[in-house]
Amino acid sequence: MESIEGEPGDFKVTLTSYPRYIDPIKCTGCGECAKRCPVTAINMYNLGLDDRKATYIEYPQAVPLAFAIDIDTCIGCGLCEMMCLAKAINYEDNEKKSTICVGAVILSPGSEGFDPSGMDVLGYGKFANVVTSEEFERILSASGPYRGHLMRTLDREAPKKIAWIQCVGSRDVNLCGNGYCSSVCCMYAVKEAMIAKEHSHDDLDCAIFNMDIRSFGKDYEKYYNRAKDEHGVRFIKSRVHTINEDSTTGDLVIRYTDESGQTNEETFSMVVLSVGLQIPESVTALARRLDIELNNYNFAVTDPFAPVNSSRPGIFVSGVFQGPKDIPGSVTEASAAACAAGTKLAEARGTDTKTIEIPAEIDVLETETRIGVFVCNCGINIAGVVDVPAVADYAATLPYVVFVDQNLFTCSQDTQDKMKEVIKENNLNRVVVASCTPRTHEPLFQETLQACGLNKYLFEMANIRDQDSWVHANDPEAATEKAKDLVRMAVARAGLLKPLKEKKISINRRALVIGGGVAGMNAALGLADQGFDVVIVEKEAQLGGLSRDLTVTIEGADIQRYLLELVDRVTGHEKIQVLTESLIVGFSGFKGNFTTEIMVGPGMYERKIDHGVVILATGANEYKPEEYLYGQDYRVVTQIELGKRLEVKGADDISKVVMIQCVGSRNEKNQNCSRVCCQSAVKNALHIKEFNPDAEIYILYRDMRMYGLLEDYYTEARQQGIIFSRFSQDNPPNVEATDEGIAVTFKDHILQRDISITADLLALSAGMVAEDTEELASILKLPRNEEGYFIEAHVKLRPVDLANEGVFLCGTAHSPKLISEAISQALAAASRATIFLSQSEITLSAVTARVDPDLCAACLVCVRACPYEVPRINEEGVSEIDVALCHGCGICAAECPAKAIELDWYEDDQVMSKVEALLEGVL
Amino acid sequence: MRINYPGTIRIIRLPCTGKVDVIHILRAFEKGADGVYVVGCLEGECRFSNGNLRAKKRIEQAQQILDAIGIGGERAQMYNLSSADGPRFAEYAVEMTEKIKKLGPNPLKKAKEKMAA
Repeated sequence: MESIEGEPGDFKVTLTSYPRYIDPIKCTGCGECAKRCPVTAINMYNLGLDDRKATYIEYPQAVPLAFAIDIDTCIGCGLCEMMCLAKAINYEDNEKKSTICVGAVILSPGSEGFDPSGMDVLGYGKFANVVTSEEFERILSASGPYRGHLMRTLDREAPKKIAWIQCVGSRDVNLCGNGYCSSVCCMYAVKEAMIAKEHSHDDLDCAIFNMDIRSFGKDYEKYYNRAKDEHGVRFIKSRVHTINEDSTTGDLVIRYTDESGQTNEETFSMVVLSVGLQIPESVTALARRLDIELNNYNFAVTDPFAPVNSSRPGIFVSGVFQGPKDIPGSVTEASAAACAAGTKLAEARGTDTKTIEIPAEIDVLETETRIGVFVCNCGINIAGVVDVPAVADYAATLPYVVFVDQNLFTCSQDTQDKMKEVIKENNLNRVVVASCTPRTHEPLFQETLQACGLNKYLFEMANIRDQDSWVHANDPEAATEKAKDLVRMAVARAGLLKPLKEKKISINRRALVIGGGVAGMNAALGLADQGFDVVIVEKEAQLGGLSRDLTVTIEGADIQRYLLELVDRVTGHEKIQVLTESLIVGFSGFKGNFTTEIMVGPGMYERKIDHGVVILATGANEYKPEEYLYGQDYRVVTQIELGKRLEVKGADDISKVVMIQCVGSRNEKNQNCSRVCCQSAVKNALHIKEFNPDAEIYILYRDMRMYGLLEDYYTEARQQGIIFSRFSQDNPPNVEATDEGIAVTFKDHILQRDISITADLLALSAGMVAEDTEELASILKLPRNEEGYFIEAHVKLRPVDLANEGVFLCGTAHSPKLISEAISQALAAASRATIFLSQSEITLSAVTARVDPDLCAACLVCVRACPYEVPRINEEGVSEIDVALCHGCGICAAECPAKAIELDWYEDDQVMSKVEALLEGVL
Repeated sequence: MRINYPGTIRIIRLPCTGKVDVIHILRAFEKGADGVYVVGCLEGECRFSNGNLRAKKRIEQAQQILDAIGIGGERAQMYNLSSADGPRFAEYAVEMTEKIKKLGPNPLKKAKEKMAA
């Protein structure tokens, strides 16, 4: 991206496309060019641990899956050009400039791993068995340089002991200037240790050298505990001094200082440096060109209350460019940026849409079955191994086959046009393509059928490339026989295929938001600003939720002022209706068409609301401690109470404060970390210092989890003389009330002896507890975890969706989080909901289960087996499956003892036809 | 990745291993298959929540029946892997092929030959 000119809503973006030298549209991804290429180049995707050719695809999942020439290593021999049957090679390709007009821009340029080459003491680049975590990730990967076998780089021996060194390139102002915490390294180190143990054939010893373990994400603490307690991963609180190599064995000696200040040495077979995330130079240059303001670490500057807005209006940011974060956070933020951008573009929605005209469907059920088989050569990908003419001849002998052809590339535009003519000319009503894989090409061929008036489910594919020629290249005869088998099986199934109707359902374009806190209100605004009607249901008399008790963010932003503005915007919005003192008592329907019954207070009259989506924003509360004299002595308060007190009374009257972390978190009752309490403590401590610089403040902690940019405040707190002392879970501080104050006794980890402080005030960093949603969850049939937080459909891929379609999740109803994170997630939920609400109707997959009422005995097996609770016993006393709710897995069909359930497109006779065709004549 | 594996297997595609029925497996043996194996998502990572765990139970059931009728339960297997784990897919194909080779052909084939003789 060269430049962005213009105003929000009307940007002109100038792009430079670098030459690939292979046309990605013509390239079929066959790989002949790479196979013939005589040049060996270093494979940077595997971080230099193996080689590739000068013609290459960067990695197997690349999009587009097309080759390119690495011109720096290419010797211009011309072999690939000669080999390429698709004529995709173009040595004359050059740089192209283009401009596009857009209304908004989202920047997600990402980060790079820190390069530890400059840190001499760690020996990276000097000792072969010291690798970065990125390299280790590739070593563990099945598609990596060692094919997933755990080996050392020096001698390809299986390591017996591996050490991870945390915070390399993070939390380190002296050696690299990256004062922030990269947020992800603790968890990836734990994960790498667990996977390494899994991959190892022996009892692998894994040790993680760390300052704090920051497993602050949802359920991360449980994973950390499992690694520690069940899998024996060792966690060593330490600072690493130097790493040296034993030159005879290649083993590495780590010299480190432990918490008591003692220096120790331990030998490992391999060392992994857990490198942090940083913004690459190319990205800072991009930000400079686009006039985007960056902070001192080169992350984009954003406001706590507008976390995806860059300094330049109309340009939004997401991912690590916004600040260090993990995958769920990045995916969430990406959706949030899409919402923020979409809000500004709502008017233009759908104006550039093109619709494809599909001719009316031909009735095929009453006509004789006429199957056409198209066998693909895929250049020489298939034809180089499989005898394609023999397969085509064989196909012609199969029952109902009336037409057979073979093509160089069946997927090419001209072959597709020819195929359409052939289908019409020969009145084909079932089509089999024997070629690559349905994974990439099934939709394309189905479109071709539709263009000929054939139902798209009358199509079947025989996978003779990915499952045959590619994997049996060394045995052409067997591959040809297998291709014939696969074609015979495909033809057998094709003969039994029936046209299926994809049901369309209309969408009610109104949203119901449950919970009127910061998350709920932001989700509501995210939708209402795009023109959708929203109803907010709040059980309290006022909007705001937990944030009504909060004062400022750690950055100093005024939460109450923000809340006031937010409530004003929500209540004044013509598209938003707010129901306070309201309770949900009934819920029915499916995605796009829900009905919710609500008792609306204070009169408690009943209202029914029809809506298309639900956004859950039920929130969480501060834990009410039962520990450390809370509720028994007025001098013991929670962090939220302390925050309010500082706002009202300041801190002139307090000279000694002790804070205890992890109260109500990371214990047996609540295993998880509450994420926000470390920063609450530091925030309040700094605030006290502001009022009263002489105040003595002690923060007693287990791990300080000041992730991301919060680390700066932790550094600041230490510089201001706030004392941090670690305690272990089995030896918590002892608290006693005396006339002079609250006496807190704890064992200092450096001095290794008990210290007693008599404080004016004891602040407990009480964790977060999910709002009680037991009844709501049972009415809406939604899953919650042990701690009462709702469970998302997929932690990384669908972090704000629930498995129940049309239901989305945000804020602390998902897990504890900061206000800015809750806002991001709220916008993300609104964005995901928009996908539904922006359409007037949605097309459902036709691959759904169907009950034959005559066979159903209402035994309830399907009702119990369905992972989504879809089957129900209807008025006629038989099971009924709503196609709008069915996910199409077929579990019910397999479980049904009466065989009353069929999964369309995978009907039992269709599946069995393949088995029978394969084994024809064996007995 | 194009990793070579034995040309002994033919794949039948289903939306989820939860769709695999005991009858599908038994029918394959009835028709003369020497072995049948089901490959699903890793446990705990089923695309449809728990289909692979249901499949696992059904395979066990099929194994019991195969043992009881003298075909041998070992001829039916369940494997779990992630879609990114090509090398392991190939490993399992090798493992299963070797196992079946050791067990020899489906006993029904011999029975049939005997009857013919």
